[in-house]
Amino acid sequence: MNPIVSIKKMSKTYKGGQQALREVSLDIQKGEILALLGPNGAGKTTLISAICGLIETDSGTITVAGFDIVKDYRQTRTLIGLVPQEITLEPFETVFNTVRFSRGLFGKPKDPEYIEEILKRLSLWDKKDSAIRELSGGMKRRVLIAKALSHEPQVLFLDEPTAGVDVELRRDMWQTVRQLQSSGVTIILTTHYIEEAEAIADRVGVISDGRLLLAEEKTTLMKRMGKKQLRIELQSALKEIPSALENYKLELAEDGCSLQYTYDTGQDRTGVTRLFADLSKAGIHIRDVHTSQSSLEEIFVDLVKESA
Amino acid sequence: MNLRAVRAIYIYEMSRTFRTLAQSLLSPVLSTSLYFIVFGAAIGSRIQEVDGVSYGAFIVPGLIMLTVITQSVTNAAFGIYFPKFIGTIFELLSAPISFLEIVLGYVGAAATKSFIIGVIILVTANLFVDLHITHPFWMIAFLALTCISFSLLGFIIGIWANNFEQLQLVPLLVITPLVFLGGSFYSISMLPPLWQTVTLFNPIVYLVSGFRWSFYENADVAVGVSLAMITLFLGLCLSVIWWIFKTGYKIRN
Ligand SMILES: Nc1ncnc2c1ncn2[C@@H]1O[C@H](COP(=O)(O)OP(=O)(O)O)[C@@H](O)[C@H]1O
Ligand SMILES: [Mg+2]
Repeated sequence: MNPIVSIKKMSKTYKGGQQALREVSLDIQKGEILALLGPNGAGKTTLISAICGLIETDSGTITVAGFDIVKDYRQTRTLIGLVPQEITLEPFETVFNTVRFSRGLFGKPKDPEYIEEILKRLSLWDKKDSAIRELSGGMKRRVLIAKALSHEPQVLFLDEPTAGVDVELRRDMWQTVRQLQSSGVTIILTTHYIEEAEAIADRVGVISDGRLLLAEEKTTLMKRMGKKQLRIELQSALKEIPSALENYKLELAEDGCSLQYTYDTGQDRTGVTRLFADLSKAGIHIRDVHTSQSSLEEIFVDLVKESA
Repeated sequence: MNLRAVRAIYIYEMSRTFRTLAQSLLSPVLSTSLYFIVFGAAIGSRIQEVDGVSYGAFIVPGLIMLTVITQSVTNAAFGIYFPKFIGTIFELLSAPISFLEIVLGYVGAAATKSFIIGVIILVTANLFVDLHITHPFWMIAFLALTCISFSLLGFIIGIWANNFEQLQLVPLLVITPLVFLGGSFYSISMLPPLWQTVTLFNPIVYLVSGFRWSFYENADVAVGVSLAMITLFLGLCLSVIWWIFKTGYKIRN
C-alpha cells in the first residue's frame, strides 16, 4: 500500500543557522497512529510544520496521498489537519464560530450538522456559544482538535497534545485519539513522554538532534531492543553465586534470596532452559519466578546515547 | 480560487466588527460629531463661506476622508497583525489558500468596514449641515477606491510590523499628519503660496480634493489628477502586495 505521507531526505536550517532537521526520510501508513518521540528541541515541531506548509524546507520532498506539498498545496492541505503545540485561539470568539471559520477556510461547504457532531464527540457541544477565554485548558485543546477536524482531514497532526495536561485529561486525550483512528483518520502525534508513545502508538519514530533514528512498529521495537529480566526467588538464601553459573552474569540480591537474570528477547536462544537446568544441578531450589520487560524509556535512552 | 475561504475570512472579520459594534462604528461617528460641533458650529459660524459653500458643509468630505483613511489603515493593519500576534496565523498558513485569497478576505473586510463608517458619517453630517452631492457616482467611486487603497496599505503595515509599536508607528507618524494637513479643514488657496506648493506633495490633498469635487464641484486640483493619483497609489500598494506574495516576505517563518 502506498504511504499516505512520504518524506524523502528533508533538511531544514533556520535563519539563525540552527539545523533543525537532517535528511529525514519517513513513510507514514494510512490509518496508523505514529508517535514521534524525542527530547525538546529534537525537531518534532519543525517536521510537522514542514509537512503542513508552515515553513519552507531547504531540500527534500514531501508528498501527501501522492501530491507534492509545494506544487499541489491545495490538495495536500485539504487532506491535513493540524493541532499545534501552543494553544492559539482568539479569546473572544465563540467555539462554534471558530470551528465554522476553520471549515470555510479549508474550502468546505457549510455543514452545521457535521460541526455539531464533532463538537459532541469532543464534549464541547454545551460550550458551543461560550467565548474561548471562558474555557479550561483541556477544553481549549479540544477546540483546537475540533478546528483541525472541521474540514474532515484524512491525516491529523497532534503536536504534543498532552504536554502540561494532568493524568486524567491525558487518558481522555488518548481515548479521543483512538476514536479518531477508528473513524479512519491517520494520526501523527509528537510527545516527549515515552509512556504516551507506549500507550497509544502503533509505530514509534525516534528523533534526536534533527535525525530520525528509527521508525518501527512499537512491538518490534520493544522486541528488538527490549531486554527482559527474570527474577528468581530462592528457597534458601545464597552467600554467593556458584561458579558453575558464572556465564549467566546473574546478580544476587543483597539478602541472597533472589537472583536476577537479564536476557535479550531478540535473541534466538534466551538461555532460560539451560539456566534452570544448571540451577537444579547446582542444588538451588526455586521458590518463584518473575519476568519484566524494559520499557520504551530505557530503549530510548539507549538509542539517544548511541547516537550522541 | 478558494472562494469559500475568502468568504470565511470576510465573514469572520466582519462579525468581529459587529461584535465590537460600539468601538468599531460608534467611536468614529462620535468623534466626527465632535468635529462638527467644534469646527462646524463653534468656529465655522465665524468663518465665511469657502468657494460658495458654508464652512460646515465644506469640511464634510474632508472629515469623511480623514476618518475613512485612518480607519482603513488601522483596521486592516490590526486585522492581519492580530493573528500573527496571538499565533492563530498558523491556520491561515496551513490552509489550502493562496496569499492573494488571504488579502482579498482581510482587505475586503477592512475596506467594507471603512466604507460603512464613511456612509454613517455622511448620514450623521446630514443632521448638522445641508449636504448635496452633485456626482453621487464619483463620490462612491472615490470613497471605495480610498477604502481599498488604504486598507491595502494597512495590510502591508500589519504584515511588516513585528510589535505593537511598529503597528502604530506608521499611522501615527505618517498617516495622521498627512491627513490633517491634507486640506480637510481648509482650501489650499487659503494657504500662503510656498505652503501651497509644499502641500502638493501630500497625496492626501488629491483625495480630499477629488472627493470634495464630487460634492460641490469645486476642487483644489483638477479632478482628473485626483483620480490619477488615487489609481497610482492603489497600483503601488498592489505591487507591494505582489512582491510580498512572490518573496514570501515575513509570512512563512
Ligand atoms: N523559528 C525558529 N527559528 C530558529 N530556530 C528554531 C525555530 N524553531 C525551532 N528552532 C530550533 O530548531 C530546533 C528544533 O526545534 P523544534 O522543532 O521546535 O523541536 P521540538 O518540537 O522537537 O521540541 C531547536 O533547536 C529550536 O531551537
Ligand atoms: Mg515542539
